[in-house]
Amino acid sequence: MSVAVEQRDDSAALAPVLGGAVWRHGLIAAAAWIVAALVTVALPDVVPWGSRDLFAGSLLAGAAVLAVLAFLIGRVGRLSSWLVRYGPWFIALGVWFALWELITAKFGWLPKPFFSPPHGLLHVYVVDWQRLLICIAYTARLWSIGFAGGIVLGFVGGVALGWSKSFAYWGMPILKLIGPVPASAWIPATFFLFPTTFQASIFLVALASGIPVAILTASGINTVNRAYYDVARTLGADNRFLVLRVAIPAALPNVFVGLFMGLYYSFAVLVVAEMLGAKYGLGWYLQFQTAYSAYANVYAALVVMALICSGLVKLLFLVRDRLLGWQKGVVQW
Amino acid sequence: MVTPVAGTAPQPAAGFAVDFRGVSHRYDLDGRPLPVLQQIDLTVQPGEFLALLGPSGCGKSTLLRLAAGLEKPVAGEAQADGAAISGPDPSRVLVFQDPTLFPWRSVRDNVAVGPQARGILAASQKRIDDALRLVKLDAFASAFPHQLSGGMAQRAALARALVNDPRLLLLDEPLGRLDSLTRLTMQEELLSLWRQARYTVILVTHDVEEALLLSQRIVVLTERPARVKAEVVVDLPYPRRRDDPRIVARRQEILETLGFSS
Ligand SMILES: Nc1ncnc2c1ncn2[C@@H]1O[C@H](COP(=O)(O)OP(=O)(O)O)[C@@H](O)[C@H]1O
Ligand SMILES: [Mg+2]
Repeated sequence: MSVAVEQRDDSAALAPVLGGAVWRHGLIAAAAWIVAALVTVALPDVVPWGSRDLFAGSLLAGAAVLAVLAFLIGRVGRLSSWLVRYGPWFIALGVWFALWELITAKFGWLPKPFFSPPHGLLHVYVVDWQRLLICIAYTARLWSIGFAGGIVLGFVGGVALGWSKSFAYWGMPILKLIGPVPASAWIPATFFLFPTTFQASIFLVALASGIPVAILTASGINTVNRAYYDVARTLGADNRFLVLRVAIPAALPNVFVGLFMGLYYSFAVLVVAEMLGAKYGLGWYLQFQTAYSAYANVYAALVVMALICSGLVKLLFLVRDRLLGWQKGVVQW
Repeated sequence: MVTPVAGTAPQPAAGFAVDFRGVSHRYDLDGRPLPVLQQIDLTVQPGEFLALLGPSGCGKSTLLRLAAGLEKPVAGEAQADGAAISGPDPSRVLVFQDPTLFPWRSVRDNVAVGPQARGILAASQKRIDDALRLVKLDAFASAFPHQLSGGMAQRAALARALVNDPRLLLLDEPLGRLDSLTRLTMQEELLSLWRQARYTVILVTHDVEEALLLSQRIVVLTERPARVKAEVVVDLPYPRRRDDPRIVARRQEILETLGFSS
């Protein structure tokens, strides 16, 4: 951190001399990426993984982009602050690629079928991209139906549990009982309950995302300051107003915690859900490739899943910041 | 100068006459009954400004909650204009010690809660703006509660109550948390608002001087369970000065009733 600050200071000082600031981390990162490219092509692989030259070429291209950006840092507008912030990460990435190449492909220190060098992963995308795309589409369908259904039902159920004493009396013990049951334990029951395996898979995803939403919504509504209800009631609010305009907005921060948990759980459960006779899907792909010991494919699919999941997390953060802007200053994020 | 909330409306309804008839109340404290009010008989005239004083924890807030209809007495009856108070109603609003603004609503939307809850939001836009102007918060209409100072938040809570044209305003130590300068200004504002609209006010305070400066009559309650211990009529014209010898004399009298002799 202090490095980045110092760096911005002295590049500002140099600016009049050079006719523009230089992003020093960018230059170091470019160098690191070039080193990684050299390691990739200069040393022989213990076994061939394919796409080696493509990977080295991509690293060089990346290094070129970083180097150009390093000199244009003053002219890329808002991108520049993002680049400066993540400068050390670009360096680390280059170093990591070089090390990763060395310990897997070059020296073979890590046991061979289980670990793949980065160009092994790249090779999977090159060779298998069509099937991966189909898998993404299948998973997207399963996940979006399951997640949407799960959070809607979880939210409605959570509001009922948090609001109504009799709902809570019967519902809370059941929820606490089924909450910790692992998804795979549901498989026999789901086969019995649902006519198609797709519906069974949706059920598992919905369950994984709905339960945390229900529990956190209920506890959020339970902990709403009673004084809010008193105020609203003296101002003429009926029960409907109390639920929709007092309890729910007050509990919304908790609901979002539940949504974040539900998002993670729903991704974790995809592998299990797609065990149930799915023909495509990222979870299915993971199992299928594991069974064939094609670990490079497994990692490639994991990377895709991780990227999609973190993209969705980011999206959820945006929604939360929009809806809960009033919390700024009340709570420190 | 300030204008009443009901700018163009006909004269606001006169204040409620409030009657506590043999009112007793108790709470359940860990399974044991905690008697809080005992046989309270008290009549408040329409348009009167009454102050309630008493030791902390004696049941003052409870009395206001009964008048607001948030609580039902275990014995006796609280009445407004002769009719039993059976539930909350926007014509009798309670302003709490904590402003208790809804943090997810802007100042304006907080003030709009009453009209919105009663389904007359669209017709009340002007009244809401008037109420904001009345408490001098029109410039902060779109601010959120966490952006307000303590005094501003309490004024917003007041506007939220006044926008409903209450006939009974119940104030539960509304200035208790404010610094002394803000407090003085707010006291003047409360007074001038009451003198324009003609609602009945019951003010709970722990500040004898505040009671003397604002109210027409002071009721002193005993320790819990509260009974009426003494009544002091403050028949002095407004505005009052705290160094007025008549105020000083009554202050002494009340402090003695409360058990402080000096
Ligand atoms: N909901 C409640 N449940 C149990 N006890 C309560 C409740 N509300 C108030 N009390 C108790 O009743 C007594 C009177 O409370 P309150 O009317 O708030 O006193 P005051 O406003 O005069 O300080 C206090 O001892 C308080 O602890
Ligand atoms: Mg109190």
